[in-house]
Amino acid sequence: MADEQKPEGSQVPPPAGGEAAKPAPPKPAAAPAPPKPPAVMAATPWDSDLAREIKERFGDRVGETSTYLGQNFIVAKPDAAVSLLEYLKLEADFDYLVDITAVDWPKRPERFDVVYVVYSFARNERVRIKTYIPEGFKLETAVGVHLTANWLEREVFDMFGIEFEGHPDLRRILMPEEWQGYPLRKDYGILQQDDRWVRENLGIESGQ
Amino acid sequence: MGDPVNPEQTAVAEEEKPQTGSRRMVLNMGPQHPSTHGVLRLLLELDGETIMKCEPQLGYLHTGIEKEFEVKNYQQAVTLTDRVDYLAPLSNNLGYCLAVEKLLSLEIPPKAQWVRVMLTELTRLNSHLVGLGTHALDIGAMSVFLYCFREREDILRIFEMFSGQRMMTSYFRIGGLALEPPRGWQERVKKFIDTFPSRVDEYENLLTNNRIWMGRTQGVGRISLDDMLDLGVTGPMLRAAGLKIDARKDEPYSSYEKFDFEVPVRTENDVFARYLVRIEEMRQSAKIVRQAMDGMPEGPWKADDQHVVLPDREKMKTQMEALIYHFKIVTEGFRVPAGEVYQVIESPRGELGFYAVSDGTARPFRVHMRTPSFGNLQATSVMVEGTLIADVIAAIGSMDFVLGDTDR
Repeated sequence: MADEQKPEGSQVPPPAGGEAAKPAPPKPAAAPAPPKPPAVMAATPWDSDLAREIKERFGDRVGETSTYLGQNFIVAKPDAAVSLLEYLKLEADFDYLVDITAVDWPKRPERFDVVYVVYSFARNERVRIKTYIPEGFKLETAVGVHLTANWLEREVFDMFGIEFEGHPDLRRILMPEEWQGYPLRKDYGILQQDDRWVRENLGIESGQ
Repeated sequence: MGDPVNPEQTAVAEEEKPQTGSRRMVLNMGPQHPSTHGVLRLLLELDGETIMKCEPQLGYLHTGIEKEFEVKNYQQAVTLTDRVDYLAPLSNNLGYCLAVEKLLSLEIPPKAQWVRVMLTELTRLNSHLVGLGTHALDIGAMSVFLYCFREREDILRIFEMFSGQRMMTSYFRIGGLALEPPRGWQERVKKFIDTFPSRVDEYENLLTNNRIWMGRTQGVGRISLDDMLDLGVTGPMLRAAGLKIDARKDEPYSSYEKFDFEVPVRTENDVFARYLVRIEEMRQSAKIVRQAMDGMPEGPWKADDQHVVLPDREKMKTQMEALIYHFKIVTEGFRVPAGEVYQVIESPRGELGFYAVSDGTARPFRVHMRTPSFGNLQATSVMVEGTLIADVIAAIGSMDFVLGDTDR
């Protein structure tokens, strides 16, 4: 699909014939070895008053405060995530919760990243809060701080099976309620489905 | 259309026990109701005609797009973004491409940026036209729908000219554009943009001072600004409540800072105000399209990075190296440095965010879309509870959501 420009012909014509036989590209340059990207993200420390204040206030409940590609993020201990959201909302004007999502890293002991994105209208700034949790860990709900967390957490629960303690209505939101399995986990295959649900509710053997 | 709530389309599910002398009824509006613009299902609890409780049920259009990102390579995944918000495919293309380009730290040449701005603004027009047309149709103004679709057709023809596709364009690619802008596009766009402002006047003639329209929309669908912020609403709805927020101004991307336009704001915070905001946005978008067309820079239309962007055909015929790069990009894609990024754009519906995580391979490790419709829809309950059932149609029309966008 990446190749949609086919102005003339369809296949690459062999370089033989034509002008001066092969245009003789220097042999070593012909092997394009893309520079190996670093396996970890190269973030730099986030230098700001807010970051210092958060460090001071939360001590070791907050890990790194970093900047990557001009975007700031804070790594918090799982039990500090919601109090950090509350602090940012009440005392630093980050009054808008944009998004909650998760990332599954199956090989890591703390399997999931849960990511909160908050925005401040007053500062016109965005901050991400990341927290790492193992499977089965119940995070505190953020509904008490931002109402919008209601659906966002339901989606995270629906897709990853991460539960939120104290959530008023923790049900699946996009998938059918009786569905088994959490589709966005890495061990859930792309063609996988809940065969039983499909059989019983759609009356077909497979949706594939 | 007359009464927007057609009793044949709704099914009475069950009756609940009498409460304080009245009987409450649970009513399923949707998922096949024509006024919900897709497959939204609202569970309404009614006391007479008053809505006591409203619960949106979504997921009927969930297609697992976020999962599918993980098995495509970066460039292939552009096609998935079209299918999220199918009324604004180019906005989605742009958001995704910008996110990945940021991870790659890729510089996009001005010409590509200008084309992107021009086409995303045409997309905004396209989306607002469908939104306005169907919204008016729901309330009973049939002719506006036909007028809006007349202009929409012109826009779709422009998209077809650029990309070969009317709706699922996939025209923006990581590193620039999919194809060189076609010969003669200026005349086509100019012809459209010359007539468009007078067409907007036509819609206004039909609606703005129309007493039925005013009666159905003024003072309807109110929700306080605080509630909206708390519930994650973005876009024209916030602007109709007096908050001047627009990612094109606040966090400019793709050179939007170089364009001159206003962000329309109203304070009435009802369905009518949202309509006026969108009308004014159309005028502003037309202005941006004209600026982009007139000031279109010369030069390349894709980035100069052989690891990411396909080489020119001519080079492939003469240079071995270009051929090798072409082969590598097409067969295995390009690697993106490990990292994560949250990229925001202002889609016609509000804030569209792409949270992209890379683990250093050629496939996205995770792409999450923060879609504006999902956030806006959550405010439905608060907006309609306590109002009359006929106002639900006006209220949800003013939110202008797309179910593909909520359910992904």
